[in-house]
Amino acid sequence: MRDLISEMAGCLSVDELQITRKGQALLNVPHLSLDGPGPTLILGPNGAGKSLLLRCLHGLIVPERGQVRQDGALLNADHKARQGMVFQQPVLLRRSVAANLDFVLKRQGLTRTGRKSRIEELLAEGGLEGKARQSARSLSGGEAQRLAILRALALNPETLFLDEPTSALDPSATQMIERMVQRASARGVRIVMVTHDIGQARRLATDVVMMQGGHVVEHGVAQQVLDTPKSLASRRYLAGGLVT
Amino acid sequence: MQSFASEFNQAITLIFLGDSELWAIVLLSLQVSIFAVLISALIGMPVGAALAVARFPGRRVLIVLMNALMGFPPVVVGLLVYLTLSRSGPLGVLELLYTPTAMIIAQVVLVTPIVAALTRQVVEMLAEEYSEQLRSLGVSRLASVPVLLWDARIALVTALLAGFGRAIAEVGAVIIVGGNINHVTRVMTTTIALETSKGNLALALALGAILIGIAVAVNAMVSALSLRAEEEGLRHA
Repeated sequence: MRDLISEMAGCLSVDELQITRKGQALLNVPHLSLDGPGPTLILGPNGAGKSLLLRCLHGLIVPERGQVRQDGALLNADHKARQGMVFQQPVLLRRSVAANLDFVLKRQGLTRTGRKSRIEELLAEGGLEGKARQSARSLSGGEAQRLAILRALALNPETLFLDEPTSALDPSATQMIERMVQRASARGVRIVMVTHDIGQARRLATDVVMMQGGHVVEHGVAQQVLDTPKSLASRRYLAGGLVT
Repeated sequence: MQSFASEFNQAITLIFLGDSELWAIVLLSLQVSIFAVLISALIGMPVGAALAVARFPGRRVLIVLMNALMGFPPVVVGLLVYLTLSRSGPLGVLELLYTPTAMIIAQVVLVTPIVAALTRQVVEMLAEEYSEQLRSLGVSRLASVPVLLWDARIALVTALLAGFGRAIAEVGAVIIVGGNINHVTRVMTTTIALETSKGNLALALALGAILIGIAVAVNAMVSALSLRAEEEGLRHA
């Protein structure tokens, strides 16, 4: 059954994934298959292994044991080229807003004219019109994160990973990011996002992965997991209890 | 005291009346140091960036060695370059001793470790910050070098200015390999040393004032650029 799921188109899965440090298991996931349409939101307390899992799925961390598969095949350079990632702290190049987008578009071999029109499209998508020439480092937190998302979208990714992109943002900035994520998802980009925000999971997720202590404690349809969690860890986390 | 005031007045006169000998010395000093810094940049920046990004056995030893070379005594550098360029030395056939080229070579040896070490430091810090993002964007380790060098440009200009400061103020090495020959290899620092020993304080003072002016201007630029780089970093933090 696992193999069948893993072979489904667009499916992202991990098997026997393990990462340890100083003898302590930081991540231990026997199996996880993200085969729904998404967005998938990964929830859990600090140190649950959410960001680590995301990095493994994107190939930024090679696990000591286990495999990451996409479309049934081991994650390779071609798969990674069709993925984008946005980090909790946006890492922007010390260049203008437009140059940050141009950097990615140039690598895709677009002509100057093609890049110019694509940059305009992207800036409009992120509500950053008029900021093209501004230094990316002078943007506000919300604008910087929107630019980071636009830069990832400039890759035309099939899958977009987001690691707590709204953790440091106010509700208004969070709303703008969520709208961008929803629009990307509606266009067919597979979203896998880490969050602490249960409300955000309710607003965005079609399926939810609950993590604790490096383990996946529950994975299922968002409404079911959020409303009627099966595991004790999920119940405690969703009830707002202190989970370590 | 009156004599000092008189020498000082003469020095001012030399500067502002455009004394041809004085300005020829200043021009040669600038030419030698600017060339030396440019060559050091061409060598030191890629070496520093490679040490920042690449991982290989012995890297740490190389970094320690490079840092140690920053404090290499100029007279020893002068002596080594002298031995290399002297008639019986390995490059004696080029007949470069007592030419501005020999002075440039000596300054390159002194400045390159400074440029390389500062580049390594700056690029390594930036590489740490950019590492995951660049990998996520599909940029290989090798391809990340020009990206890092460009994005660290403000800090790298600061490194070059620091190297220029060292080069322009250098006396020990250039006097050994240049010989302080009038109208050929006489630069500001060597002229100051010579004219002071001869008692011609006016020319020495005039050159000293210009040298201080250059040092202040370079340091002001370094401070302004460092402040800008710091602001960039703080905005990101």
